[in-house]
Amino acid sequence: MRRMSGFNIVSLTFGLAFLYLPMVVLVIYSFNASKLVTVWAGFSTQWYGELIRDEAFLDAALVTLKVGLISSTIATVLGTMAAWILVRSGRFLGRTLFSGMIYAPLVMPEVITGLSLLLLFIGIDLDRGILTIVLAHTTFSMCYVSVVVSSRLASFDTSLEEAALDLGCTPWQSFRLVTLPIIAPAVISGWLLAFTLSLDDLVIASFAAGPSSTTLPMKIFSAVRLGVSPEINALSTIMIGIVAMGVILFSLMSKRTMIRQQQEERDAARAEA
Amino acid sequence: MRRLILILVPYLWLLALFLVPFLIVVKISLSDVALARPPYFPQLDLSGGWAAIRDFFTELDFENFAFLASDDLYWKAYLSSLRIALISTLLTLLIGFPVAYGMASARPEWRPTLMTLVILPFWTSFLIRVYSWMGILSQNGLLNTFLLWTGVISEPLTIMNTEIAVYIGIVYTYLPFMILPIYATLEKLDGSLLEAAEDLGCSRTSAFWLVTVPLSKPGIIAGCFLVFIPAIGEFVIPSLLGGSDTLMIGKVLWEEFFNNRDWPVASAVAVVLLAILIIPIVLFQRNEQKNREAGQ
Repeated sequence: MRRMSGFNIVSLTFGLAFLYLPMVVLVIYSFNASKLVTVWAGFSTQWYGELIRDEAFLDAALVTLKVGLISSTIATVLGTMAAWILVRSGRFLGRTLFSGMIYAPLVMPEVITGLSLLLLFIGIDLDRGILTIVLAHTTFSMCYVSVVVSSRLASFDTSLEEAALDLGCTPWQSFRLVTLPIIAPAVISGWLLAFTLSLDDLVIASFAAGPSSTTLPMKIFSAVRLGVSPEINALSTIMIGIVAMGVILFSLMSKRTMIRQQQEERDAARAEA
Repeated sequence: MRRLILILVPYLWLLALFLVPFLIVVKISLSDVALARPPYFPQLDLSGGWAAIRDFFTELDFENFAFLASDDLYWKAYLSSLRIALISTLLTLLIGFPVAYGMASARPEWRPTLMTLVILPFWTSFLIRVYSWMGILSQNGLLNTFLLWTGVISEPLTIMNTEIAVYIGIVYTYLPFMILPIYATLEKLDGSLLEAAEDLGCSRTSAFWLVTVPLSKPGIIAGCFLVFIPAIGEFVIPSLLGGSDTLMIGKVLWEEFFNNRDWPVASAVAVVLLAILIIPIVLFQRNEQKNREAGQ
């Protein structure tokens, strides 16, 4: 591509400003002393205090975390298995149906996924609560995991696995010692994706949850349905802060591993010479 | 044996929690609403043997679909969902393309940072990103305050609870899905092609329209589908930013189920929505297939 023109700089600046300004506004107004959105009445952290004292939010946050951790972990195991089947298992009966079931949830509107799962849970008389939300979240996020992992599986050299098998590894050992370390980055990002999707989901959780279990997005949704709420501004700021810190940590860590890898490669090249 | 277990576990999981629930939706969409628990009729009673199963199937009918077709509300909801999705897709393209173009022409050492900046909002909560616009767009919100202060307008604009707010919400939340595929095709674009076009007498503008745009078509198409398909069934954006007169089918389905408790009609709404979505989904798959083949 060619060099930056004035137009490119302007469109980049506007695009990024559009993406970030609303969140910046949210963060700033979470420190507003006034309950009104637009009137700035000085700096205050009172909404954070009220948020912390509100036990319903804390309970909802705990439910959300529990559901997120359990469902993303199961989804990562199932999704990795599904990716392995799609990429390595060759032909088997019902393969087309299987790959269809992996890709369909990605494009299925959330309202339909939620509705269908709720009708199933009622049909088999399963009490709705944390368990049903976990089942629902695992089902759609395992498909995302399998897409992420299968693209990594498809791009790596199968002769490494064959070599491990030739040298006397059992298939499980070759998976654990050769394949898993190679696909680990994809498995980790699959887990992160599943975890984020679960923390984020409002629609499917609303269908799958019973009256006793409320997740954080459900709580936020019912609080903001009628308008802006300063406590939700404070909560949003905390959530944006956690994500920002996570991303910064993650990119620092990956940069460090990259530098270490380059160092090792250089050392290896020197040793060969 | 081990391979069989490996295949069976995810297979059965998806059968039980994806395919079977969907078949239940189809079945209930053919049933009638009833004042019972669960609130629909007929119920399948396998203990009754073949006769019961036959009776069950004769009770199923397309009444709910006929009802959808006869009631104005549903037609309008489907059509306005399609319209809102289409207009917001075009708006997203209009904003997303220049951003992707700017990213691709940035210095190579800047590109990973720009990529991260575009992806980062995706990791923050969707709900919060939609909510953040409520304080900006409302009658006495930041945008109106700012515009009144600068003197651009003398009366506050009504944006919140209108279709315009829904467009803004969709463009804002789905913008990264548009930028990334377009950026991916623009980044691979061979700069010498543009030089050749200019050597052969093209102006910079016509080189852009005759070379850059056609070559980035796969990315544009992919981005448009990635925005259009989820936007049709959107629920959160119309219910937070839209007004009571903003009809979108995701919201109608939700209300039919939770407020009216009419399960058969809600299921029929879902089945029709999926039938509408199949066309863009198949087209999208075909586009992806073509890109993969072209890439090899």
